[in-house]
Amino acid sequence: MKQLYAWGAVATIVSTSTCGDVLLSRAMKQVGDVGELRRHSGWAMVLARILRNPNFVLAIVAMATAFYAMLFGLSWADVSLVVPASTSLTFVTNALAAKLFLDERVDHHRWLAAVFVAAGVFLLAL
Amino acid sequence: MTLRKYLVLAGVAVFAVTGDSLVSCGMKQVGRVALDRLPNILLVVFHPQIALGVLFLLAFFACYMAALSWADLTYVLPTTSVSFILLTLVAKFLLHENVSETRWLGVVMISLGIGLVSQGPPALTPRPRRKPPGDCLAETASGRMEP
Repeated sequence: MKQLYAWGAVATIVSTSTCGDVLLSRAMKQVGDVGELRRHSGWAMVLARILRNPNFVLAIVAMATAFYAMLFGLSWADVSLVVPASTSLTFVTNALAAKLFLDERVDHHRWLAAVFVAAGVFLLAL
Repeated sequence: MTLRKYLVLAGVAVFAVTGDSLVSCGMKQVGRVALDRLPNILLVVFHPQIALGVLFLLAFFACYMAALSWADLTYVLPTTSVSFILLTLVAKFLLHENVSETRWLGVVMISLGIGLVSQGPPALTPRPRRKPPGDCLAETASGRMEP
C-alpha cells in the first residue's frame, strides 16, 4: 500500500506539474518580458497583466495540486524517491508537452538535453 | 543573455532546492497523512519549517515566471537543473558524505544536458511582441496591432 501511495503521488505530481508548467509558460509568453514591461509600465501593470491571464490562474491550480501531491508522497516515501522520480519524469513530459501544446521549436539538442538531465537525476537517486 | 537573466536562472535553481529540502524536513516531522484524513494536509503549511519552505518556493516561483517570460520552457528546465549538481558538490565537499560512482555519472549526464541546451539561445520559438500601453509611435511604425 505504501508503494502504491508513493507512485500514485509521483504520477499525480508529474501530470499536474506538467500541466502547470505548460500553462504558466503560455501565460508568461502572452504577458511578455517582465523586465522590459516593468521598466516601461511599472510593477502594478506587470502584476495586473499576470493576474488577469486565465492561463496563469489555471497554472496556479495545477501547481497547487502538484504541491499537495508532493506533500502526500513525502508523507509516505523518502524525498530521495519522490523528488528525483517526479522531477526526472517531468523533464521528459515537459519537452513533449512544450512541443505539442506550446508549439515550441524543440531541436535535437533540447531533446537530448531533456533525456540526459532526466537520466542524470534518476542516477542521482540510486 | 544579461547578468540579470543569469541571476534569475540561478534564483530558480537555488530557491527550488532550498524550498524542497525544507518542505521534506518538515514533512518528516509531521509524519504520514492517511488517505481518509486527506483534508489535514491543508493545515501542514502552518508547520514552521514547511512555512519557510513555502516562502522559498514562492521566491522560486517568481524567478521561474520571470525566466519563462523571455525563455522557452525547454530551455529553463534543463539549465536550472544545475541545482542537482550543486547539491551533490555540497554533499561531498561540505558535508563529507560518500558520493557513489553512479551519482557522479548522474552529475556528468546532467552537466552534458545543461551544456547541450545552453549552446543555443533561450528562446527558439518566436513569441508575440507586446508594446507598452500608450506606445502609439511604435504601433504606427510597425503598422500592425499587437495580438
